[in-house]
Formats: sequence, structure tokens, C-alpha cells
Amino acid sequence: MRFVDEYRDAGRARALAGQIAARCRPGREYKFMEVCGGHTHTIYKHGLEDYLPENVTLVHGPGCPVCVIPMGRVDDAIHIAEQPDVIMTSFGDMMRVPGGQSSFLDAKAAGADIRMVYSPLDALKIARQNPHRRVVFMAIGFETTAPSTAMTVLRAAEQGVDNFSVFCNHVTIIPAIKAILDSPDLRLDGFLGPGHVSTVIGCRPYDFIAREHGKPLVVAGFEPLDILQSVHMLLGQLADGRCEVENQYARVVPEDGNPIALAAIARVMRLRPYFEWRGLGFIPYSALGMADEYAAFDAERLFEVPGIRVADPKACQCGEVLKGVLKPWECKVFGTACTPETPIGTCMVSAEGACAAYYNFGRFSRERVREATRV
Amino acid sequence: MCLGIPGELVRFVADQPDLALVEVSGVGRRINVALLADEQLQPGDWVLVHVGFALSKISETEAQAVLAYLEEMGQPYADELDALRTSNIG
Amino acid sequence: MNEERVVPQRQAEWAERAVRDALREASDPVPAGPDRPGREQQVLHRIERARSRRPTVREERITLAHGAGGKATQTLVEAIFLDAYGSPGQGPLEDGAALPLGPARAVLTTDSFVVSPLFFPGGDIGDLAVNGTVNDLAVCGATPRYLSAGFILEEGFPVADLRRIVSSMASAARAAGVSIVTGDTKVVQRGKADGCYINTAGVGLLERPVALSVGNARPGDAILLSGPIGEHGTAIMIARGDLDIEADLRSDTAALSEVVARLLDAVPGRVRALRDATRGGVATVLNEVAGASRAAIVVDESAIPIRPEVTGASELLGIDPLYVACEGRFVAVVDGGYAEPALRALRGHRLGAEAAIIGQVRADPPGLVLLRTGIGGTRIVDLLVGDPLPRIC
Repeated sequence: MRFVDEYRDAGRARALAGQIAARCRPGREYKFMEVCGGHTHTIYKHGLEDYLPENVTLVHGPGCPVCVIPMGRVDDAIHIAEQPDVIMTSFGDMMRVPGGQSSFLDAKAAGADIRMVYSPLDALKIARQNPHRRVVFMAIGFETTAPSTAMTVLRAAEQGVDNFSVFCNHVTIIPAIKAILDSPDLRLDGFLGPGHVSTVIGCRPYDFIAREHGKPLVVAGFEPLDILQSVHMLLGQLADGRCEVENQYARVVPEDGNPIALAAIARVMRLRPYFEWRGLGFIPYSALGMADEYAAFDAERLFEVPGIRVADPKACQCGEVLKGVLKPWECKVFGTACTPETPIGTCMVSAEGACAAYYNFGRFSRERVREATRV
Repeated sequence: MCLGIPGELVRFVADQPDLALVEVSGVGRRINVALLADEQLQPGDWVLVHVGFALSKISETEAQAVLAYLEEMGQPYADELDALRTSNIG
Repeated sequence: MNEERVVPQRQAEWAERAVRDALREASDPVPAGPDRPGREQQVLHRIERARSRRPTVREERITLAHGAGGKATQTLVEAIFLDAYGSPGQGPLEDGAALPLGPARAVLTTDSFVVSPLFFPGGDIGDLAVNGTVNDLAVCGATPRYLSAGFILEEGFPVADLRRIVSSMASAARAAGVSIVTGDTKVVQRGKADGCYINTAGVGLLERPVALSVGNARPGDAILLSGPIGEHGTAIMIARGDLDIEADLRSDTAALSEVVARLLDAVPGRVRALRDATRGGVATVLNEVAGASRAAIVVDESAIPIRPEVTGASELLGIDPLYVACEGRFVAVVDGGYAEPALRALRGHRLGAEAAIIGQVRADPPGLVLLRTGIGGTRIVDLLVGDPLPRIC
């Protein structure tokens, strides 16, 4: 595959690993956060930690849009889905996410009409095909996904599809990074910036991280070599005493993002004054709701949702894991109450969540795995 | 967080200027390209696909630049390997 | 941040209960080893304890995950079926049951087919229903002989479609050398079934002195795969049409009895286990072998045959092809010293032309499947929790 296979070459990875090791000062610990769950996925799927020296640690950040959905919002969505004339649609990722009482998968088994779609446009198509049903799209995702929802709503308005609406759970990445940076117990040396969010918002919104918080950030692609190169670039900044926003993923990420996508979001959506993130709590101006002009497509206004917050169990320490203060296995319920089959906290919910990734792929020490797989 | 896959724009869909057939390793899907209206897309261009939309046009030049950088970085390593080989023979 | 808002609030009862139960368990001391257990031992101990809990079905209703072949299916089988019927023997569960019938040794198996759509590139529910049961017999080492065919038809189902299905069953049976000797038909009201469901049971004869079991793998054994992975599952996903993707890809459905016989005869007594990689894909089979044999399996990602279209569809949909179903591929565990002749035997048959040695069995860590990734890293390949669903993030 073009623009994929070239970035999965083992020879280049070995060379890069050598350069990374050369840039590390012995005895110094380096802690970088990959903000994005997609990066976490790449790191585990390809076993990239084998290429990093022991003193370089990657901390898995809050950038998994499924994991951060609070349980109360899932309950609200299921409440909508249970209305007799409703077809609820969402991405496959949402099906197993637990709410306070059940998940989409359970609600579907209990009789709700819940369908998986690949694109919000598919949800709109279902609405056109079922004019006597109300079709709701459970929208999730960061700025990467929000433009697709916005474009779909614009199209629905244009085509006069009045049985289509959006239950909007889009979130924005910058306030979440801010929340993490403001945490007093944080110790990070830099960030791998979310590549695909940046195709929409560009690289400028990260400037404050370098300027005000003194942390370097490299916008990183999603192939193994992209991640290794980005780590190398971060180490380079630290070695040179620089602190900047750099773009490793320039083949895909323009400096200024995608103006059409930003305009679509601005037209259809408004920042919510506050929104709850699982594991991080309420963060001001961190999520998008539907604009008044598009109230007719806003499921939150069309349906009366319970809106009851569901607290995470006290023993769950996802917040600390997300901030990089705790390692997944240091949490009391990791692997006991909280497993991928019955995820208690956000980090175990999706395979990209820090705890699920660790449970599935990383629960053995690197030395033991290396020993076991030696050729 | 967001699965984005590079695909090649094969052709536009007749009468639907916003839609194009995009292929990933021989797997095709109609993709909405309205977010790239300013890019003057043409068949043969590569785009990043996310949930049925093309989010970004992939720059061949920038892709080459990264690969060239990685090649260059690998060079001392390759030299070292060569040196090792020669010394073994010698 | 973390500013608490005044919103009505309650607890998730299921989560609180799980935490209470687990914390009670966690107060049991970690068994003392020769040394004080390090962090890896503690974490492993915790995970092992969670996994060795008596399986219980927590859901109030059956969900689609219970039929996906992963952990939920396993829990359902253990907690509901085996609990009531009792385990058939001492060993691990196999694809069929070996039965002493007078002087002969027979194998009995059964399988139900609910594929949607009924017709897809490369096959239909008819040949699938024959091949699926034939393959379950074949991987037990048996020569498939007789099948039954039970139909559940929905009121309104076109007779022309039924004719088409039955005729492809007949030709699949001929090709596999089995006779369909008994059957049953039920018709249910419109809306109570998806057109046509088929159940087949099969009887085969154990003619060779083989004792195949997923529990037989030993360190040093080789893992062979008979052909490219994920084609059936991907072809079906595409044929359903709701993902709107197109590719030139056909289901791999085929009867494996002939190629299996060739393998068994080429290296007599050296094949330890066979499993066809259906629901849950190759990853699930490897986990079954590693778990039942208490051994590690190390697989080379770059050795696994896969067509570019399957890779493309998997990338696009965010699915791992290792978990995608095949209907005409199997995994063979073979004595390591006989891997090459076994491979030659497979490659000598049309259905094994692209066979490959994909990995080895090792002693440590027991029960685990490890993958050496294409780029040179390593990761664990675990059992799948639910269905492999398309994802966006």
C-alpha cells in the first residue's frame, strides 16, 4: 500500500532506533505523551516499544473519543434509541461502550433498533430510506470527525430530510491537553501531537504548549516510522534546548489545517460551556453541540433525555492513568474488576485505551517478550 | 484516535461532483470530497479518508522528504554494517 | 477543570458491584514464590485470577457478541452448555466428538449456518453448510461420510432461491465425497427468520491412527497455515452492502478433507492438531492451541499469507484480519522436524498452494500467542472480546 508500506520498513526502523538511542542521555528519564489513541494503537499493534530505549516512556493520553464518553451520555443515547419510532446509528466503536445500565449491544438485544454505520452519510441515507422513522446519528469524535457530521447535517438541511438528527458528542482536543498540562502532579517532557486532528485544525493551536508550558510537540503520523521519527525529533529538541511545535506529518497535515472543514463546524456547531470527560471530569469549552440555527437536527432538543450523570466507581483511577501519573497496572482494579470484557473505567473501554492496550499487548515485561520471541 | 487511511482517487462519480471513487489496495469506496473543494483534485491524487470523507490531500513531495530523511539517517548505520562485513571478510 | 457541576447523579450499579467483588478477591494474598513477586508477577497473577474465575454469563439477554466466536462465546459454552451437559471428556473441546461405534471409530459434529446474504461471491449458504461440517470432521482426522440437512425456512422465501441453495449443497457434497442422507424442514412465520437457515450434522470415520487435539502442541512444533487469511469474512462484509465498499474478492469456502488427508498421509503421526479457522479467525485458533497445550506460540506477521484486498478492507474498516473468518483454511500444528515435508504436501494441493509455515510452539510464556510484527517489534495476540466491528478510531 502506498503511503503505508514505506513507513513500515524494518531496516529503516532499526536505523532510527539507533539514532534515538544515540540522542538519549544515559541516566535521564524521558516521558512523552502520545495524545491520540490512534498512536497508542500503532505503538502496540507494531510492538514499537521494542525499538525504544528503557529510559524513554510513552504515556498514553486522553485522545480516544469513545473512551471519554461519560456513561450518562450513553444512557441518554440508549433512552433515545428505545423510542419506538427511532433508528439509532453510530460507529462500530460505540457498540460495546458501557453506560450506567447497559451498552448499545445490550440495548439492541433488548429490542432497540441500533445500526452500525461507516459514515454519517450512511445514517442520512437510512433516514431517506425510512421516512416514517426518526433516524438519530450518535456523533462521536474529535475535530477529525466533527466536519463529517457537520457536512452531513448541511446536506440533510439542503435535501430537506426532516427525520434525521444528531446526538452530538464531539469533543475538542486542545482543552483536554490544557487540562492535563494544568495538573500539578504532571511530569512530561513533550508531546506527540494528534496527526489527524491536525489535518483539520492545523499546527498553530498547539503553539501555547511550547510557549506557555515549555513543552515541545511534534505533530506525528500514524505509521510506525512516523512515530519513531517523531520521538527522535522530540529528543532532538530537548538535546538542542529548543521548544517548538514541529510537523513530522507534513505529507498529510497542512500548517493551517482544512479551512472548509473548520467553516463547516463553525456553521453547524457551537462550543458547549462545559462537558464531562470520563476520567478527566468537567472541562470548560471542550465539546461541540448543535448551533441554534440547526436546532431542527439536534437530537438533544428533539428528545427529552434524562441527562443523569453516572459517577465512575471511586476505585477507578483512570484520571491518574490519563495524566501519566499512574501506569495502568498500578490501578487497584486493573485486571481484577476492570477487564476488557467488563471495562469499569474509560481506559479499558476501547482497545486503544491505555489500560486495554496494556492488558492485551503489554502485560509482560519487554525483556520476557523479547526472550520468548528471540529468533 | 481517528482512523485515517490513504487512498487513491480513481475517478469522480458522474453527476455527483462531491463524490469520488477512492481505492485502498484494490478496495474501492465512494468518498465525499467536498472538504477538499479548494485542492483541484484529480484522478491519481492520494487523499486521507476518514468516515467516508476525504480530509486532506497527501503531498507526494512531503512524503518523499520524510523518506529521504529516513534514508539519510539510515546511512551511517548501513555504512557501519558495510564496515563490519568488510572487516569480517578481511 | 474538574469543577463539579450541579447535575443529577447516580452510580453505575454493575460497576460498583464488580469493584466490590474484585476487591474482596484481591485481599487474598499473592502466593509467595521463591522471591517476593515483582510487578510482572503481580499483574499476571491478577489477570490469571480474573481469567480463571468460574465463567458466568452476566448479561440478561443474548447479544451478538455471544455468537462471534471470541470470549463471550466461550463463556456462554462453558457457563451454560457444559455446565448442564457435562464436559464430553477430559481434554479440551474439539470441533467434533470421537465416538467408539463397535469396531469403527466415528466422529460426530454439527454446525448451523445463518450467513447473510445467502448468496455471495464465491459461494452461498448451501455449499457453506456442506463445507463447514465436512471441515469440522476433516480437522478431527476423520474421513467425512454422511451429512444431515435441516432447514428452517421463512414464510415467503422464494422457491427458486431454495432450489439454488439445495443444488449447490448437492454439488458441494459430491465434491467432498459425502452423502446427504437425512433431513428436516420447518417453516416459520414471516419475520421470524432471515429467509433460510441450515443446520448440518456430519459423521466421519477415523481410518488413520491419529489422535489430534489442540492440547497436543509441544515446544519445537511448527505452525502451518493452509492459505491466505480473512477472505470469507471480508467477502461477506462487502457483500452485505451496508459498508458500500467494493473489491474483487471471493469467499474461500471449500471442503478441506482432501488436502487434510494428503497432509496426514505425508507425515504420518507427526501432525499434532488441526483446526479450521472459521469464526474468530486464525488468532482464535492459535489461542485455543496455546491455551489447551499450555505452551507459547510465536508467529511471524510477515509469514502470514494475505491478499492485498483483505489488507485494504481491513485498513479501511479498522479491523485486524487475524480475527476475520475463513471457511476454507486451516491451521496445522506439526512436529518441527517434519515442517518442510508437511508444507510440501499442503502446497501440492490446489487448496494449499499458498500454505506457509507461520510460527513455532515454545515453552514460555504458557498460554500466550506472540506476534513478531512486520516492522520487527513484538505483541500479544489475545482472544477477541466481541465481534470484529468496523471502527473509526
